[in-house]
Amino acid sequence: MPAAPAHSTLDIQKIRTQFPALQQTVHGKPLIYLDNAATTQKPQAVLDALTHYYQYDNANVHRGVHTLAERATFALEATRRSVQQFIRATDTAEIIFTSGTTASINLVAATYGQTQVQAGDEIIISHMEHHANIVPWQMLCQAKRAVLKVIPINKKGRLMLSTLANLLTSKTKIVAIGYVSNVLGTINPLKEIIQQAHTQGAIVVVDGAQAVPHLPIDVQELDCDFLAFSAHKAYGPTGVGVLYGKKALLEDMPPYQGGGEMTQQVTLSHTTYNDLPYRFEAGTPNIAGIIAWQEALNFIKQVGYKTLMAHENKLLNYAADLLSSLKKIRIIGTAPNKIGVLSFVVEGMHHLDVGMLLDANGIAVRTGHGCAQPLIDLLKIEGIVRASFAIYNTKEEVEQFVTEVTRIVQKKA
Amino acid sequence: MQNATLPTISAIQEEIIREFQTLEHDRERMLTYIMDLGDRLEPMDALFKNEHNTIRGCISKVWLTYTRKGDLLFFEGDSNTAITKGLISLLLRVLSGQKIEDIIHANLYFVGKIGMTQLLGFQRSNGFANMLKEMKLIAIAQKTKQKA
Repeated sequence: MPAAPAHSTLDIQKIRTQFPALQQTVHGKPLIYLDNAATTQKPQAVLDALTHYYQYDNANVHRGVHTLAERATFALEATRRSVQQFIRATDTAEIIFTSGTTASINLVAATYGQTQVQAGDEIIISHMEHHANIVPWQMLCQAKRAVLKVIPINKKGRLMLSTLANLLTSKTKIVAIGYVSNVLGTINPLKEIIQQAHTQGAIVVVDGAQAVPHLPIDVQELDCDFLAFSAHKAYGPTGVGVLYGKKALLEDMPPYQGGGEMTQQVTLSHTTYNDLPYRFEAGTPNIAGIIAWQEALNFIKQVGYKTLMAHENKLLNYAADLLSSLKKIRIIGTAPNKIGVLSFVVEGMHHLDVGMLLDANGIAVRTGHGCAQPLIDLLKIEGIVRASFAIYNTKEEVEQFVTEVTRIVQKKA
Repeated sequence: MQNATLPTISAIQEEIIREFQTLEHDRERMLTYIMDLGDRLEPMDALFKNEHNTIRGCISKVWLTYTRKGDLLFFEGDSNTAITKGLISLLLRVLSGQKIEDIIHANLYFVGKIGMTQLLGFQRSNGFANMLKEMKLIAIAQKTKQKA
């Protein structure tokens, strides 16, 4: 049996006390929450911030002059500054609040894509993308009669990066790439991809949904042109996300949705638009969610990415070692550079059945295609069972999870 | 034509309720029992697993066919997941071989009594409801045909 990881410096139990959702039982068993790549649980500080806003500071932002509006606006803009510092953007104008990663990518496709992509141009994605980083580009290519090209992957679930040089041409306008695969857990060599794309004059849109919860991001160092990510996958509230964009690109982009907040002056015949970032924030944002997100960012900072990555990697390696020793289990995604995502199939069993049996024992995993159907089709499987780890998961939980999977497999045999 | 050997829809439902009572609402035992039922279900000929026989709105793949003998309807079903196969097996047990008229008016109260909705969750319950709806629609279509 592989050695269990030691947690000498990290007090996981103390961290767990901050997460009320983890204190419950499910079907009479203590909850083991391993669906963190779908969404993480929220620390008490985030929940308190949500409640505090609605109890004391509830007001619309930016327009009101009264005290509550000031408080709400101040807190929302404080989160914007925190996000800017968190990803090391140069300016708060580069931080656009959206409803999440999907909305952020759609925003780029519908604005930058609409104006910059013409018939015959090319957009490059990879074979491991989430639907959110496929469909908006498909739609754009269909509308513009542009060509969608795909970076292939190898058996281990790594990008075949040697193909990129051939895929990139003078017609390539956009490379849209996930930093981390939500199914395989693979961390893609983003810096290299961005450098190559820029050499050909293409801009790079990064789907950072699975990266932000696990990896420190420095947009200046990466030199990505756009970065999309969500709060809820990194201990924050649902319905909040960010589009980071280089200021020069954002300034040239036409507005996305029309409405309140994004205007300077409106007459019945003409509208002038607001400055960045408000030009892309039509309508009332998820004020409570954005304000509470600040607490999730604080939580990550307090724990520290180094600690977080080390802990999750230990859990991943421990779980992978234990699971791979089982007959009938095939692990999907074995790239050397991974985050804490462990996808697998049980030979002879449907992933939905495995998921329901695990749930009956209080274990929450994701089952299905993980919103990455082209990848699942490529792998010639119907779907996966995915366990994904967060800072609050323990080695005991991993052991319990593997025990239950073992029991399910044996029962079937 | 009367299928004299087959118990009524209500009698079969009572039987199922009694069987599930022995499982004492233990979620894992119930799922395992349903999967066992699925394992025992006669597999459908691959020929019939086509688009035409596919039931929409289920998160797993479900196929349903039927044969009519006089005023009786006989169903055959299959799925790519063991739990869904078990659910099909329960529906076939209750409705297959029954009179068209009885299928149309059947009130499948066993579903509530055995706690199926809580067991299956929202998505799979919808799929189960779609299977039942499809069987009733087939029965209604056959009744209309009968009249014509």
